[in-house]
Amino acid sequence: MSGYDRALSVFSPDGHVFQVEYAMEAVKRGTCAVGVKGDDIVVLGCEKRSALKLQDTRITPSKIAMVDDHVCLAFAGLNADARILIDKARLEAQSHRLTVEDPVTIEYITKYIASVQQRYTQSGGVRPFGISTLVVGFDKNDGTPRLYQTEPSGIYSAWKANAIGRSSKTVREFLERNHQDGMDREQTIQLTIKSLLEVVQTGAKNIEVAIMAPGKRVEMLPDDQIEAYVKSIETEKQEEAAKKKTSRTATTTAAILTRPGAE
Amino acid sequence: MRGPTIIKAEDDKTRQLNKHTLMAFSGEAGDTVQFAEYVQANVSLYTMRNDTELSPAAVSSFVRGELARSLRSRSPYTVNLLLGGVDPVTQEPSLYWIDYLASLAPVPYAAHGYAQYYCLSLLDKHHNPNISLEEGMKLLERCTDELKRRLPIDYKGVLVKVITKDGVKVMDFDNDRVVRSA
Repeated sequence: MSGYDRALSVFSPDGHVFQVEYAMEAVKRGTCAVGVKGDDIVVLGCEKRSALKLQDTRITPSKIAMVDDHVCLAFAGLNADARILIDKARLEAQSHRLTVEDPVTIEYITKYIASVQQRYTQSGGVRPFGISTLVVGFDKNDGTPRLYQTEPSGIYSAWKANAIGRSSKTVREFLERNHQDGMDREQTIQLTIKSLLEVVQTGAKNIEVAIMAPGKRVEMLPDDQIEAYVKSIETEKQEEAAKKKTSRTATTTAAILTRPGAE
Repeated sequence: MRGPTIIKAEDDKTRQLNKHTLMAFSGEAGDTVQFAEYVQANVSLYTMRNDTELSPAAVSSFVRGELARSLRSRSPYTVNLLLGGVDPVTQEPSLYWIDYLASLAPVPYAAHGYAQYYCLSLLDKHHNPNISLEEGMKLLERCTDELKRRLPIDYKGVLVKVITKDGVKVMDFDNDRVVRSA
């Protein structure tokens, strides 16, 4: 221990604030969350921790939460910290409605969440929030999908598609390879689930998906539909693998066939 | 009526608190809207935090509590309210009469302000617990007719909203019908 991670608001000589970096480590250990923007839709996908045998999954809180009717949030990291942060965001969303008679914009509430997170890196007697969030939704009278990310340090950024949490790097790279502009609803949901399947081993029962469309309430994709998507993605993958295999055997047989001809 | 100012005729003195609860208010201008929207924000905050729709009974208790707290503050809200709703679980309709002294009463029919001196007797005579929507609208028409005849205020008509289990909708209502005095 170098001593520079004792008090929160103390820099190490080379300019690090260790507690914030530890918070980012907590995020990396949290379950994965993905957000993908389509043409006129935005989808959140989450890896669910597998439930224990006696756990009641129906009333165990989800990693996807509503901040307001038009703002949806997913997080990765410490669940308990997220509860507090989400509560602050909800209060701000309602308070904003009351004071200016307009619902919050997605950017505004993201900025608010990020500034709360920043405050907890620069005050005495507190520790940073061990969570990153993905904030999605639509502004009032606007059909443009929004997707933002916040981090424990208080950084926020806008994305077309992004992942946070465990193996987020793998998922982000997958999204970088496969995301394209102007995806419709089906394609967006499919890409979300497909990217999650890169890191979620157990398949459909450990995934949750929330879909937001302009002017509508959030739609949580039912389990059987997620299962259907997962199945179709898996068969697609198998077919592709099979195709690769046959094309490979085709070339080898061709090679074998040419050999006697060459002799 | 003549005068330099005219009160806005089509002012909507209601706020929808959730899908199936509506609150109508009268009282000090400014207080009314401020209080109604404060309740509105708190109801949606509670709903979001606890993932539960509040029943009209729950909302009315909350409103009463807030008014009681306000009454004992340095600047209390002077707001009278009628709160109507349909319970999302039992589908039972209910109506609450609430005044600025934080009295709360579940009632079959209600009125606030001057209107009640003209309307309550009519409502008492013609209301029955199983009244249909059509009969209810007719009874409301009786009330507005009475107001047109007797109210010594430039009466500009009413805005009618109906709350069912499917939500709140605005009803057509003929405010321009001429009423002959009896």
